[in-house]
Amino acid sequence: MDNDALQVLTDKSGAIRRDIVKMLSEAKSGHPGGSLSSADIVTALYFHEMKVDPAKPDWPERDRFILSKGHAAPVLYAALAEKGYFPVEELATLRKMGSRLQGHPSMKHLPGVEMSTGSLGQGLSAANGMALAGKLDGRDYRVYVLLGDGEIQEGQVWEAAMAAGHYKLDNVVAIIDHNKLQIDGPVAEVMSPDPIGDKWRAFGWHVEEIDGHNFAEIIQALNKAREIKGKPTAIVANTVKGRGVSFMENQVGWHGNAPNAEQCTQALCELGGKADE
Amino acid sequence: MSKIATREAYGKALAKLGAENKNIVVLDADLSKSTNTAHFAKEFPERFFDMGVAEQNMLGTAAGLAAAGKIPFASSFAMFATGRAFEQIRNSIAYPKLNVKIAATHAGISVGEDGASHQAIEDVAIMRSVPNMTVIVPADGTETEQVIKAAVEMNGPIYIRLGRLALPIIFDENYKFEVGKAVTVKEGSDVTVIACGLMVGPAIEAAEQLAGENIKVKVINMATIKPIDRDAIVQAAKETKAIVTAEEHNIVGGLGSAVAEVLAQTVPVVQEMVGVKDTFGESGAPTELLEKYGLTAKDIVTAVKRAIERKTSL
Repeated sequence: MDNDALQVLTDKSGAIRRDIVKMLSEAKSGHPGGSLSSADIVTALYFHEMKVDPAKPDWPERDRFILSKGHAAPVLYAALAEKGYFPVEELATLRKMGSRLQGHPSMKHLPGVEMSTGSLGQGLSAANGMALAGKLDGRDYRVYVLLGDGEIQEGQVWEAAMAAGHYKLDNVVAIIDHNKLQIDGPVAEVMSPDPIGDKWRAFGWHVEEIDGHNFAEIIQALNKAREIKGKPTAIVANTVKGRGVSFMENQVGWHGNAPNAEQCTQALCELGGKADE
Repeated sequence: MSKIATREAYGKALAKLGAENKNIVVLDADLSKSTNTAHFAKEFPERFFDMGVAEQNMLGTAAGLAAAGKIPFASSFAMFATGRAFEQIRNSIAYPKLNVKIAATHAGISVGEDGASHQAIEDVAIMRSVPNMTVIVPADGTETEQVIKAAVEMNGPIYIRLGRLALPIIFDENYKFEVGKAVTVKEGSDVTVIACGLMVGPAIEAAEQLAGENIKVKVINMATIKPIDRDAIVQAAKETKAIVTAEEHNIVGGLGSAVAEVLAQTVPVVQEMVGVKDTFGESGAPTELLEKYGLTAKDIVTAVKRAIERKTSL
Protein backbone atom coordinates (compact mmCIF):
# COMPACT_ATOMS: atom_id res chain seq x y z
CA MET A 1 0.00 0.00 0.00
CA ASP A 2 1.46 3.37 -1.00
CA ASN A 3 1.50 6.45 1.20
CA ASP A 4 -1.40 8.11 -0.59
CA ALA A 5 -3.68 5.13 -0.01
CA LEU A 6 -2.59 5.00 3.60
CA GLN A 7 -3.36 8.70 4.00
CA VAL A 8 -6.85 8.19 2.56
CA LEU A 9 -7.57 5.46 5.10
CA THR A 10 -6.11 7.47 7.97
CA ASP A 11 -8.25 10.46 7.04
CA LYS A 12 -11.33 8.32 6.66
CA SER A 13 -10.93 6.57 9.99
CA GLY A 14 -10.47 10.00 11.59
CA ALA A 15 -13.74 11.18 10.07
CA ILE A 16 -15.49 7.96 11.16
CA ARG A 17 -14.20 8.35 14.74
CA ARG A 18 -15.45 11.93 14.84
CA ASP A 19 -18.82 10.80 13.48
CA ILE A 20 -19.00 8.16 16.20
CA VAL A 21 -18.30 10.60 19.02
CA LYS A 22 -20.71 13.21 17.65
CA MET A 23 -23.61 10.85 17.04
CA LEU A 24 -23.26 9.23 20.46
CA SER A 25 -23.12 12.61 22.15
CA GLU A 26 -26.23 13.64 20.25
CA ALA A 27 -28.00 10.35 21.07
CA LYS A 28 -26.98 10.57 24.75
CA SER A 29 -26.63 6.78 24.91
CA GLY A 30 -24.80 4.03 23.05
CA HIS A 31 -21.42 2.31 22.90
CA PRO A 32 -18.29 4.35 22.14
CA GLY A 33 -15.54 1.98 23.35
CA GLY A 34 -16.10 -0.89 20.94
CA SER A 35 -17.04 1.44 18.09
CA LEU A 36 -13.72 3.27 18.35
CA SER A 37 -11.69 0.07 18.79
CA SER A 38 -13.02 -1.32 15.51
CA ALA A 39 -12.98 1.93 13.52
CA ASP A 40 -9.75 1.17 11.63
CA ILE A 41 -10.87 -2.38 10.74
CA VAL A 42 -14.23 -1.17 9.44
CA THR A 43 -12.54 1.67 7.55
CA ALA A 44 -10.16 -0.77 5.85
CA LEU A 45 -13.09 -2.98 4.86
CA TYR A 46 -15.32 -0.27 3.38
CA PHE A 47 -12.62 1.95 1.88
CA HIS A 48 -10.10 -0.59 0.65
CA GLU A 49 -11.18 -4.21 0.76
CA MET A 50 -14.84 -4.64 -0.08
CA LYS A 51 -16.54 -4.63 -3.44
CA VAL A 52 -19.68 -2.61 -2.70
CA ASP A 53 -21.75 0.04 -4.43
CA PRO A 54 -23.74 2.44 -2.21
CA ALA A 55 -26.05 3.15 -5.15
CA LYS A 56 -26.92 -0.54 -5.39
CA PRO A 57 -27.13 -1.92 -1.84
CA ASP A 58 -28.87 -5.07 -3.12
CA TRP A 59 -26.34 -5.83 -5.88
CA PRO A 60 -26.10 -9.65 -5.77
CA GLU A 61 -22.33 -9.69 -6.39
CA ARG A 62 -21.46 -7.33 -3.54
CA ASP A 63 -19.24 -8.32 -0.65
CA ARG A 64 -21.10 -8.51 2.66
CA PHE A 65 -20.15 -7.12 6.05
CA ILE A 66 -21.96 -8.28 9.18
CA LEU A 67 -21.42 -6.40 12.43
CA SER A 68 -21.98 -9.32 14.76
CA LYS A 69 -21.05 -7.10 17.73
CA GLY A 70 -24.12 -5.04 16.93
CA HIS A 71 -23.73 -2.63 19.83
CA ALA A 72 -20.90 -1.02 17.83
CA ALA A 73 -23.62 0.21 15.44
CA PRO A 74 -22.13 3.75 15.35
CA VAL A 75 -18.99 2.54 13.54
CA LEU A 76 -21.12 0.80 10.91
CA TYR A 77 -23.46 3.77 10.45
CA ALA A 78 -20.50 6.17 10.20
CA ALA A 79 -18.81 3.98 7.58
CA LEU A 80 -22.01 3.62 5.54
CA ALA A 81 -22.64 7.37 5.66
CA GLU A 82 -19.05 8.23 4.75
CA LYS A 83 -19.24 5.70 1.92
CA GLY A 84 -22.35 7.40 0.56
CA TYR A 85 -25.20 5.04 1.50
CA PHE A 86 -27.03 7.93 3.16
CA PRO A 87 -26.31 11.57 4.12
CA VAL A 88 -23.83 12.08 6.96
CA GLU A 89 -26.36 14.46 8.56
CA GLU A 90 -28.67 11.50 9.20
CA LEU A 91 -26.17 10.19 11.76
CA ALA A 92 -27.62 12.75 14.19
CA THR A 93 -30.86 10.73 14.28
CA LEU A 94 -29.18 7.71 15.94
CA ARG A 95 -31.41 6.02 18.53
CA LYS A 96 -34.22 8.54 18.08
CA MET A 97 -37.88 7.79 17.33
CA GLY A 98 -38.51 7.20 13.67
CA SER A 99 -34.82 6.91 12.76
CA ARG A 100 -33.45 4.32 10.37
CA LEU A 101 -30.46 4.21 12.68
CA GLN A 102 -31.80 1.89 15.36
CA GLY A 103 -29.86 1.36 18.60
CA HIS A 104 -28.58 -1.86 17.08
CA PRO A 105 -28.36 -2.42 13.29
CA SER A 106 -31.60 -3.40 11.56
CA MET A 107 -31.45 -4.56 7.95
CA LYS A 108 -35.13 -3.80 7.46
CA HIS A 109 -34.63 -0.18 8.46
CA LEU A 110 -31.42 0.78 6.68
CA PRO A 111 -30.11 -0.27 3.24
CA GLY A 112 -26.49 -1.36 3.49
CA VAL A 113 -27.02 -3.20 6.77
CA GLU A 114 -26.59 -6.83 5.74
CA MET A 115 -27.98 -8.48 8.88
CA SER A 116 -29.90 -7.34 11.92
CA THR A 117 -27.67 -7.84 14.94
CA GLY A 118 -27.43 -6.80 18.54
CA SER A 119 -28.00 -10.04 20.35
CA LEU A 120 -24.43 -11.29 20.56
CA GLY A 121 -23.16 -14.45 18.94
CA GLN A 122 -25.46 -14.64 15.92
CA GLY A 123 -23.56 -12.90 13.12
CA LEU A 124 -21.16 -15.65 12.11
CA SER A 125 -24.01 -18.12 11.51
CA ALA A 126 -25.67 -15.64 9.16
CA ALA A 127 -22.33 -15.01 7.43
CA ASN A 128 -21.97 -18.74 6.87
CA GLY A 129 -25.44 -18.86 5.32
CA MET A 130 -24.56 -16.05 2.90
CA ALA A 131 -21.27 -17.77 2.09
CA LEU A 132 -23.01 -21.10 1.39
CA ALA A 133 -25.50 -19.30 -0.88
CA GLY A 134 -22.62 -17.60 -2.72
CA LYS A 135 -20.94 -20.92 -3.39
CA LEU A 136 -24.24 -22.51 -4.53
CA ASP A 137 -24.83 -19.62 -6.94
CA GLY A 138 -21.26 -19.58 -8.22
CA ARG A 139 -20.74 -16.00 -7.08
CA ASP A 140 -17.34 -14.91 -5.86
CA TYR A 141 -18.43 -12.41 -3.22
CA ARG A 142 -16.83 -12.56 0.20
CA VAL A 143 -18.45 -12.27 3.62
CA TYR A 144 -16.78 -10.37 6.45
CA VAL A 145 -18.00 -10.56 10.01
CA LEU A 146 -16.77 -8.56 13.00
CA LEU A 147 -17.01 -10.17 16.43
CA GLY A 148 -16.13 -8.87 19.86
CA ASP A 149 -13.68 -10.67 22.13
CA GLY A 150 -16.39 -10.79 24.81
CA GLU A 151 -18.92 -11.93 22.22
CA ILE A 152 -16.96 -15.09 21.45
CA GLN A 153 -17.99 -16.35 24.89
CA GLU A 154 -21.33 -17.18 23.23
CA GLY A 155 -21.67 -20.88 22.39
CA GLN A 156 -23.30 -20.24 19.02
CA VAL A 157 -20.07 -18.62 17.80
CA TRP A 158 -18.30 -21.96 18.16
CA GLU A 159 -21.13 -23.90 16.54
CA ALA A 160 -20.75 -21.53 13.61
CA ALA A 161 -16.94 -21.73 13.69
CA MET A 162 -17.18 -25.52 13.49
CA ALA A 163 -19.61 -25.32 10.57
CA ALA A 164 -17.50 -22.82 8.59
CA GLY A 165 -14.50 -25.09 8.98
CA HIS A 166 -16.52 -28.17 8.08
CA TYR A 167 -17.99 -26.61 4.94
CA LYS A 168 -14.59 -25.11 4.00
CA LEU A 169 -16.00 -21.60 3.70
CA ASP A 170 -12.94 -19.81 2.33
CA ASN A 171 -15.21 -16.91 1.38
CA VAL A 172 -15.73 -16.09 5.08
CA VAL A 173 -13.44 -13.84 7.10
CA ALA A 174 -14.12 -13.42 10.82
CA ILE A 175 -12.37 -10.51 12.48
CA ILE A 176 -12.17 -10.52 16.25
CA ASP A 177 -11.96 -7.04 17.73
CA HIS A 178 -9.69 -8.01 20.63
CA ASN A 179 -9.95 -4.88 22.75
CA LYS A 180 -9.70 -6.92 25.94
CA LEU A 181 -12.55 -5.27 27.84
CA GLN A 182 -16.20 -6.17 28.32
CA ILE A 183 -18.96 -4.69 30.47
CA ASP A 184 -18.02 -6.42 33.70
CA GLY A 185 -14.27 -5.86 33.31
CA PRO A 186 -11.24 -7.31 31.55
CA VAL A 187 -12.27 -10.14 29.24
CA ALA A 188 -9.48 -12.31 30.62
CA GLU A 189 -10.95 -11.95 34.12
CA VAL A 190 -14.67 -12.21 33.29
CA MET A 191 -14.38 -15.36 31.17
CA SER A 192 -11.10 -15.83 29.41
CA PRO A 193 -11.33 -16.81 25.74
CA ASP A 194 -7.54 -17.24 25.52
CA PRO A 195 -5.77 -18.51 23.55
CA ILE A 196 -8.10 -17.05 20.93
CA GLY A 197 -6.04 -17.85 17.84
CA ASP A 198 -5.50 -21.46 18.87
CA LYS A 199 -9.22 -21.97 19.34
CA TRP A 200 -10.02 -20.83 15.79
CA ARG A 201 -7.14 -22.93 14.45
CA ALA A 202 -8.57 -25.95 16.27
CA PHE A 203 -11.89 -25.35 14.50
CA GLY A 204 -10.21 -25.56 11.10
CA TRP A 205 -9.55 -21.89 10.40
CA HIS A 206 -6.51 -20.11 9.05
CA VAL A 207 -5.56 -17.51 11.67
CA GLU A 208 -3.81 -14.15 11.38
CA GLU A 209 -2.94 -12.10 14.45
CA ILE A 210 -2.42 -8.39 13.87
CA ASP A 211 -2.41 -4.88 15.27
CA GLY A 212 -5.98 -3.80 14.53
CA HIS A 213 -4.97 -0.15 14.29
CA ASN A 214 -2.23 -0.68 11.68
CA PHE A 215 -3.71 -0.40 8.19
CA ALA A 216 -0.78 -2.14 6.55
CA GLU A 217 -1.26 -5.15 8.83
CA ILE A 218 -5.04 -5.17 8.43
CA ILE A 219 -4.79 -5.13 4.64
CA GLN A 220 -2.00 -7.67 4.56
CA ALA A 221 -4.16 -10.04 6.64
CA LEU A 222 -7.17 -9.50 4.37
CA ASN A 223 -4.98 -10.18 1.33
CA LYS A 224 -3.68 -13.33 2.94
CA ALA A 225 -7.28 -14.44 3.61
CA ARG A 226 -7.99 -14.19 -0.12
CA GLU A 227 -5.11 -16.54 -0.86
CA ILE A 228 -6.19 -19.17 1.65
CA LYS A 229 -8.29 -21.83 -0.08
CA GLY A 230 -10.37 -24.53 1.52
CA LYS A 231 -10.71 -22.91 4.93
CA PRO A 232 -12.10 -19.72 6.44
CA THR A 233 -9.81 -17.08 7.92
CA ALA A 234 -9.99 -15.57 11.39
CA ILE A 235 -8.14 -12.33 12.03
CA VAL A 236 -7.44 -11.69 15.69
CA ALA A 237 -7.06 -7.91 15.71
CA ASN A 238 -5.42 -6.54 18.83
CA THR A 239 -7.07 -3.22 19.51
CA VAL A 240 -7.51 -0.58 22.19
CA LYS A 241 -11.00 0.00 23.46
CA GLY A 242 -11.92 3.67 23.00
CA ARG A 243 -8.95 4.16 20.63
CA GLY A 244 -8.31 7.78 19.67
CA VAL A 245 -9.92 9.49 22.65
CA SER A 246 -7.44 9.65 25.54
CA PHE A 247 -9.95 9.54 28.37
CA MET A 248 -11.84 6.62 26.83
CA GLU A 249 -8.85 4.41 25.98
CA ASN A 250 -8.73 1.17 27.97
CA GLN A 251 -11.52 2.41 30.25
CA VAL A 252 -14.20 -0.21 30.85
CA GLY A 253 -16.64 2.55 31.85
CA TRP A 254 -16.76 3.76 28.25
CA HIS A 255 -18.24 0.51 26.95
CA GLY A 256 -21.79 1.77 27.04
CA ASN A 257 -21.82 5.44 28.03
CA ALA A 258 -22.19 8.42 25.72
CA PRO A 259 -19.95 11.48 26.08
CA ASN A 260 -21.57 14.72 27.29
CA ALA A 261 -21.15 17.95 25.33
CA GLU A 262 -17.90 18.89 27.06
CA GLN A 263 -16.41 15.42 26.65
CA CYS A 264 -17.53 15.45 23.03
CA THR A 265 -15.68 18.70 22.37
CA GLN A 266 -12.50 17.37 23.94
CA ALA A 267 -12.78 14.10 22.03
CA LEU A 268 -13.26 15.90 18.71
CA CYS A 269 -10.20 18.08 19.38
CA GLU A 270 -8.13 14.98 20.06
CA LEU A 271 -9.46 13.37 16.89
CA GLY A 272 -8.27 16.32 14.84
CA GLY A 273 -11.65 17.82 14.21
CA LYS A 274 -13.51 20.88 15.38
CA ALA A 275 -16.47 20.84 17.74
CA ASP A 276 -18.66 22.66 15.26
CA GLU A 277 -17.54 20.59 12.28
CA MET B 1 -58.15 -45.90 5.94
CA SER B 2 -54.64 -45.07 4.77
CA LYS B 3 -52.34 -43.37 7.25
CA ILE B 4 -49.33 -41.10 6.94
CA ALA B 5 -47.45 -38.97 9.45
CA THR B 6 -47.33 -35.26 8.64
CA ARG B 7 -43.51 -35.44 8.87
CA GLU B 8 -43.51 -38.04 6.11
CA ALA B 9 -45.82 -35.96 3.93
CA TYR B 10 -43.45 -33.03 4.55
CA GLY B 11 -40.39 -34.97 3.47
CA LYS B 12 -42.05 -36.13 0.27
CA ALA B 13 -43.46 -32.70 -0.56
CA LEU B 14 -40.06 -31.11 0.00
CA ALA B 15 -38.30 -33.52 -2.32
CA LYS B 16 -40.95 -32.85 -4.97
CA LEU B 17 -40.79 -29.07 -4.64
CA GLY B 18 -37.00 -29.19 -4.65
CA ALA B 19 -37.10 -30.34 -8.26
CA GLU B 20 -39.33 -27.42 -9.27
CA ASN B 21 -37.57 -24.66 -7.35
CA LYS B 22 -33.77 -24.56 -7.31
CA ASN B 23 -33.75 -21.89 -4.61
CA ILE B 24 -35.03 -24.32 -2.00
CA VAL B 25 -32.28 -25.43 0.38
CA VAL B 26 -32.70 -27.63 3.44
CA LEU B 27 -30.92 -27.67 6.77
CA ASP B 28 -31.20 -30.30 9.46
CA ALA B 29 -29.59 -30.89 12.83
CA ASP B 30 -28.62 -34.56 12.70
CA LEU B 31 -32.23 -35.77 12.54
CA SER B 32 -32.82 -35.97 8.79
CA LYS B 33 -34.06 -39.55 8.88
CA SER B 34 -36.59 -38.70 11.59
CA THR B 35 -37.70 -35.36 10.20
CA ASN B 36 -37.80 -36.90 6.70
CA THR B 37 -35.59 -34.22 5.14
CA ALA B 38 -33.46 -37.22 4.13
CA HIS B 39 -35.64 -37.55 0.99
CA PHE B 40 -34.54 -34.11 -0.14
CA ALA B 41 -30.94 -34.79 0.90
CA LYS B 42 -30.88 -37.87 -1.31
CA GLU B 43 -32.29 -36.04 -4.34
CA PHE B 44 -30.39 -32.77 -3.94
CA PRO B 45 -27.27 -33.37 -1.82
CA GLU B 46 -25.67 -30.08 -2.93
CA ARG B 47 -28.64 -28.15 -1.51
CA PHE B 48 -28.82 -30.04 1.77
CA PHE B 49 -26.78 -28.95 4.78
CA ASP B 50 -26.48 -31.13 7.83
CA MET B 51 -25.54 -28.71 10.59
CA GLY B 52 -24.91 -31.37 13.21
CA VAL B 53 -26.41 -31.16 16.68
CA ALA B 54 -26.36 -27.36 16.71
CA GLU B 55 -29.83 -25.86 16.30
CA GLN B 56 -28.89 -22.26 17.12
CA ASN B 57 -26.32 -22.17 14.33
CA MET B 58 -28.72 -23.98 12.00
CA LEU B 59 -31.40 -21.29 12.34
CA GLY B 60 -28.81 -18.51 12.10
CA THR B 61 -27.34 -20.06 8.96
CA ALA B 62 -30.84 -20.33 7.50
CA ALA B 63 -31.22 -16.59 8.10
CA GLY B 64 -28.05 -15.92 6.11
CA LEU B 65 -29.16 -18.19 3.27
CA ALA B 66 -32.49 -16.36 3.13
CA ALA B 67 -30.76 -12.98 3.15
CA ALA B 68 -28.87 -14.14 0.06
CA GLY B 69 -32.07 -15.13 -1.76
CA LYS B 70 -32.45 -18.81 -0.90
CA ILE B 71 -35.62 -20.42 0.47
CA PRO B 72 -34.30 -22.40 3.42
CA PHE B 73 -36.31 -25.06 5.23
CA ALA B 74 -34.77 -25.75 8.65
CA SER B 75 -35.87 -28.90 10.41
CA SER B 76 -35.40 -30.51 13.77
CA PHE B 77 -37.70 -31.73 16.51
CA ALA B 78 -40.15 -29.00 17.60
CA MET B 79 -38.64 -28.96 21.07
CA PHE B 80 -35.15 -28.06 19.84
CA ALA B 81 -36.06 -25.95 16.82
CA THR B 82 -38.29 -23.59 18.79
CA GLY B 83 -36.87 -24.08 22.26
CA ARG B 84 -33.12 -24.23 21.89
CA ALA B 85 -33.05 -21.77 19.01
CA PHE B 86 -35.84 -19.44 20.13
CA GLU B 87 -33.73 -16.34 20.24
CA GLN B 88 -32.09 -17.00 16.89
CA ILE B 89 -35.57 -17.34 15.41
CA ARG B 90 -36.69 -14.15 17.11
CA ASN B 91 -33.71 -11.93 16.37
CA SER B 92 -32.05 -13.36 13.24
CA ILE B 93 -35.19 -14.48 11.39
CA ALA B 94 -38.44 -12.85 12.55
CA TYR B 95 -37.17 -9.35 13.35
CA PRO B 96 -35.60 -8.92 9.87
CA LYS B 97 -38.57 -10.85 8.39
CA LEU B 98 -36.33 -13.28 6.54
CA ASN B 99 -37.79 -15.96 4.32
CA VAL B 100 -37.00 -18.95 6.54
CA LYS B 101 -39.31 -21.96 6.79
CA ILE B 102 -39.05 -23.67 10.16
CA ALA B 103 -40.57 -27.11 9.65
CA ALA B 104 -40.39 -28.88 12.99
CA THR B 105 -41.42 -32.46 13.55
CA HIS B 106 -42.11 -34.61 16.63
CA ALA B 107 -44.35 -31.95 18.16
CA GLY B 108 -46.70 -32.77 21.01
CA ILE B 109 -46.98 -35.75 23.32
CA SER B 110 -47.63 -38.16 20.44
CA VAL B 111 -43.85 -38.35 20.19
CA GLY B 112 -44.47 -41.17 22.61
CA GLU B 113 -41.74 -43.29 24.15
CA ASP B 114 -38.99 -40.63 24.11
CA GLY B 115 -40.83 -38.88 26.94
CA ALA B 116 -41.33 -35.33 28.13
CA SER B 117 -37.86 -34.04 27.20
CA HIS B 118 -38.78 -34.50 23.54
CA GLN B 119 -42.50 -33.66 23.67
CA ALA B 120 -42.91 -29.99 22.74
CA ILE B 121 -46.22 -28.69 24.10
CA GLU B 122 -45.15 -25.03 24.16
CA ASP B 123 -43.96 -24.50 20.57
CA VAL B 124 -47.14 -22.95 19.17
CA ALA B 125 -47.34 -20.56 22.12
CA ILE B 126 -43.80 -19.32 21.76
CA MET B 127 -43.84 -19.13 17.97
CA ARG B 128 -47.12 -17.25 17.77
CA SER B 129 -45.89 -14.69 20.31
CA VAL B 130 -43.17 -13.57 17.88
CA PRO B 131 -44.09 -10.70 15.54
CA ASN B 132 -43.87 -11.42 11.77
CA MET B 133 -44.22 -15.19 12.34
CA THR B 134 -46.86 -17.29 10.60
CA VAL B 135 -47.81 -20.47 12.48
CA ILE B 136 -49.41 -23.50 10.83
CA VAL B 137 -50.43 -26.91 12.18
CA PRO B 138 -51.54 -29.26 9.39
CA ALA B 139 -54.08 -31.96 10.19
CA ASP B 140 -53.09 -34.70 7.77
CA GLY B 141 -50.84 -35.63 4.86
CA THR B 142 -52.97 -33.95 2.23
CA GLU B 143 -52.99 -30.67 4.06
CA THR B 144 -49.28 -30.90 4.89
CA GLU B 145 -48.36 -31.18 1.23
CA GLN B 146 -50.35 -28.02 0.45
CA VAL B 147 -48.94 -26.17 3.44
CA ILE B 148 -45.38 -26.84 2.31
CA LYS B 149 -46.21 -25.58 -1.17
CA ALA B 150 -47.86 -22.46 0.29
CA ALA B 151 -44.81 -21.88 2.48
CA VAL B 152 -42.58 -21.82 -0.59
CA GLU B 153 -44.94 -19.41 -2.35
CA MET B 154 -45.23 -16.93 0.53
CA ASN B 155 -42.40 -14.60 1.45
CA GLY B 156 -41.55 -14.43 5.15
CA PRO B 157 -40.89 -16.56 8.20
CA ILE B 158 -43.21 -19.44 8.95
CA TYR B 159 -43.38 -22.13 11.60
CA ILE B 160 -44.88 -25.45 10.48
CA ARG B 161 -45.72 -27.91 13.25
CA LEU B 162 -45.48 -31.56 12.23
CA GLY B 163 -45.93 -34.84 14.03
CA ARG B 164 -44.28 -38.21 14.34
CA LEU B 165 -47.41 -40.32 14.54
CA ALA B 166 -49.04 -41.76 11.41
CA LEU B 167 -52.51 -40.20 11.06
CA PRO B 168 -55.54 -41.11 8.98
CA ILE B 169 -55.94 -39.10 5.77
CA ILE B 170 -58.88 -36.76 6.36
CA PHE B 171 -58.89 -34.63 3.22
CA ASP B 172 -59.09 -35.78 -0.39
CA GLU B 173 -57.53 -34.24 -3.48
CA ASN B 174 -60.30 -31.61 -3.66
CA TYR B 175 -59.21 -30.07 -0.37
CA LYS B 176 -57.91 -26.53 -0.67
CA PHE B 177 -55.60 -25.08 1.98
CA GLU B 178 -55.05 -21.34 2.14
CA VAL B 179 -52.85 -19.54 4.68
CA GLY B 180 -55.04 -17.78 7.25
CA LYS B 181 -58.28 -19.44 6.17
CA ALA B 182 -60.19 -21.80 8.42
CA VAL B 183 -61.97 -24.71 6.77
CA THR B 184 -65.40 -25.85 7.91
CA VAL B 185 -65.26 -29.63 7.84
CA LYS B 186 -68.79 -30.21 9.10
CA GLU B 187 -71.76 -27.89 9.65
CA GLY B 188 -73.73 -27.80 12.90
CA SER B 189 -75.71 -25.36 15.03
CA ASP B 190 -75.27 -26.32 18.69
CA VAL B 191 -71.53 -26.09 19.33
CA THR B 192 -68.43 -25.39 17.19
CA VAL B 193 -65.33 -27.49 17.69
CA ILE B 194 -62.24 -25.65 16.45
CA ALA B 195 -59.34 -28.08 16.14
CA CYS B 196 -55.90 -28.29 14.64
CA GLY B 197 -53.33 -30.96 13.88
CA LEU B 198 -54.01 -34.47 15.07
CA MET B 199 -57.12 -33.34 16.99
CA VAL B 200 -59.08 -32.67 13.79
CA GLY B 201 -59.71 -36.39 13.32
CA PRO B 202 -61.06 -36.89 16.87
CA ALA B 203 -63.14 -33.70 16.47
CA ILE B 204 -64.91 -35.16 13.45
CA GLU B 205 -65.35 -38.47 15.27
CA ALA B 206 -66.85 -36.66 18.28
CA ALA B 207 -69.23 -34.72 16.05
CA GLU B 208 -70.45 -37.93 14.39
CA GLN B 209 -70.97 -39.56 17.77
CA LEU B 210 -72.87 -36.54 19.13
CA ALA B 211 -75.09 -36.48 16.03
CA GLY B 212 -76.48 -39.75 17.35
CA GLU B 213 -77.57 -37.86 20.46
CA ASN B 214 -79.09 -35.14 18.31
CA ILE B 215 -76.35 -32.65 19.18
CA LYS B 216 -75.34 -30.78 16.04
CA VAL B 217 -71.64 -29.97 16.06
CA LYS B 218 -69.88 -27.68 13.61
CA VAL B 219 -66.24 -28.66 13.07
CA ILE B 220 -63.60 -26.21 11.93
CA ASN B 221 -60.05 -27.11 10.95
CA MET B 222 -57.94 -24.14 12.08
CA ALA B 223 -54.63 -25.05 10.49
CA THR B 224 -53.34 -21.48 10.54
CA ILE B 225 -52.95 -20.47 14.17
CA LYS B 226 -51.42 -17.15 13.14
CA PRO B 227 -52.71 -15.05 11.48
CA ILE B 228 -55.87 -16.66 12.85
CA ASP B 229 -59.10 -16.52 10.85
CA ARG B 230 -61.04 -14.06 13.03
CA ASP B 231 -64.03 -13.97 10.72
CA ALA B 232 -64.53 -17.73 10.93
CA ILE B 233 -64.35 -17.63 14.73
CA VAL B 234 -66.79 -14.72 14.99
CA GLN B 235 -69.21 -16.37 12.60
CA ALA B 236 -69.07 -19.68 14.47
CA ALA B 237 -69.56 -17.91 17.80
CA LYS B 238 -72.63 -16.14 16.46
CA GLU B 239 -74.03 -19.31 14.92
CA THR B 240 -73.53 -21.76 17.78
CA LYS B 241 -72.94 -19.55 20.87
CA ALA B 242 -70.45 -22.09 22.23
CA ILE B 243 -66.92 -23.05 21.21
CA VAL B 244 -64.70 -26.01 22.05
CA THR B 245 -61.05 -25.86 21.05
CA ALA B 246 -58.98 -29.02 20.65
CA GLU B 247 -55.20 -29.15 20.28
CA GLU B 248 -52.27 -31.40 21.10
CA HIS B 249 -50.52 -28.59 22.94
CA ASN B 250 -50.54 -26.95 26.32
CA ILE B 251 -53.83 -25.14 26.90
CA VAL B 252 -51.62 -22.19 27.88
CA GLY B 253 -50.85 -20.15 24.78
CA GLY B 254 -51.93 -22.43 21.95
CA LEU B 255 -54.97 -22.63 19.67
CA GLY B 256 -57.39 -22.37 22.59
CA SER B 257 -55.75 -19.17 23.78
CA ALA B 258 -55.66 -17.73 20.26
CA VAL B 259 -59.40 -18.40 19.84
CA ALA B 260 -60.15 -16.99 23.32
CA GLU B 261 -58.27 -13.80 22.42
CA VAL B 262 -60.58 -13.31 19.44
CA LEU B 263 -63.76 -14.21 21.32
CA ALA B 264 -62.98 -11.91 24.24
CA GLN B 265 -62.62 -8.98 21.84
CA THR B 266 -65.56 -9.78 19.57
CA VAL B 267 -68.34 -12.18 20.53
CA PRO B 268 -67.68 -13.46 24.05
CA VAL B 269 -69.32 -16.89 24.19
CA VAL B 270 -68.78 -20.02 26.26
CA GLN B 271 -65.49 -21.77 25.48
CA GLU B 272 -64.08 -25.11 26.62
CA MET B 273 -60.48 -26.07 25.95
CA VAL B 274 -59.29 -29.57 25.15
CA GLY B 275 -55.52 -29.78 25.35
CA VAL B 276 -52.61 -30.73 27.60
CA LYS B 277 -53.51 -29.26 30.97
CA ASP B 278 -50.29 -27.41 31.75
CA THR B 279 -48.38 -30.53 32.64
CA PHE B 280 -45.38 -32.36 31.16
CA GLY B 281 -45.88 -35.61 29.30
CA GLU B 282 -44.09 -38.91 29.88
CA SER B 283 -42.97 -42.08 28.11
CA GLY B 284 -45.61 -44.36 26.67
CA ALA B 285 -47.31 -45.43 23.47
CA PRO B 286 -48.78 -42.41 21.64
CA THR B 287 -52.34 -43.71 21.92
CA GLU B 288 -51.94 -44.38 25.65
CA LEU B 289 -50.60 -40.86 26.15
CA LEU B 290 -53.36 -39.22 24.11
CA GLU B 291 -55.86 -41.03 26.29
CA LYS B 292 -54.17 -40.22 29.60
CA TYR B 293 -53.71 -36.54 28.76
CA GLY B 294 -57.28 -36.06 27.59
CA LEU B 295 -56.77 -35.76 23.84
CA THR B 296 -59.38 -38.14 22.41
CA ALA B 297 -62.80 -37.92 20.74
CA LYS B 298 -64.29 -38.89 24.12
CA ASP B 299 -62.70 -35.83 25.73
CA ILE B 300 -64.13 -33.62 23.01
CA VAL B 301 -67.60 -35.14 23.53
CA THR B 302 -67.38 -34.35 27.23
CA ALA B 303 -66.23 -30.79 26.50
CA VAL B 304 -69.06 -30.25 24.02
CA LYS B 305 -71.63 -31.36 26.57
CA ARG B 306 -70.08 -29.10 29.20
CA ALA B 307 -70.20 -26.19 26.77
CA ILE B 308 -73.88 -26.80 26.02
CA GLU B 309 -74.64 -27.00 29.72
CA ARG B 310 -72.84 -23.72 30.39
CA LYS B 311 -74.48 -22.06 27.40
CA THR B 312 -77.99 -23.05 28.45
CA SER B 313 -77.44 -22.07 32.10
CA LEU B 314 -76.43 -18.51 31.13
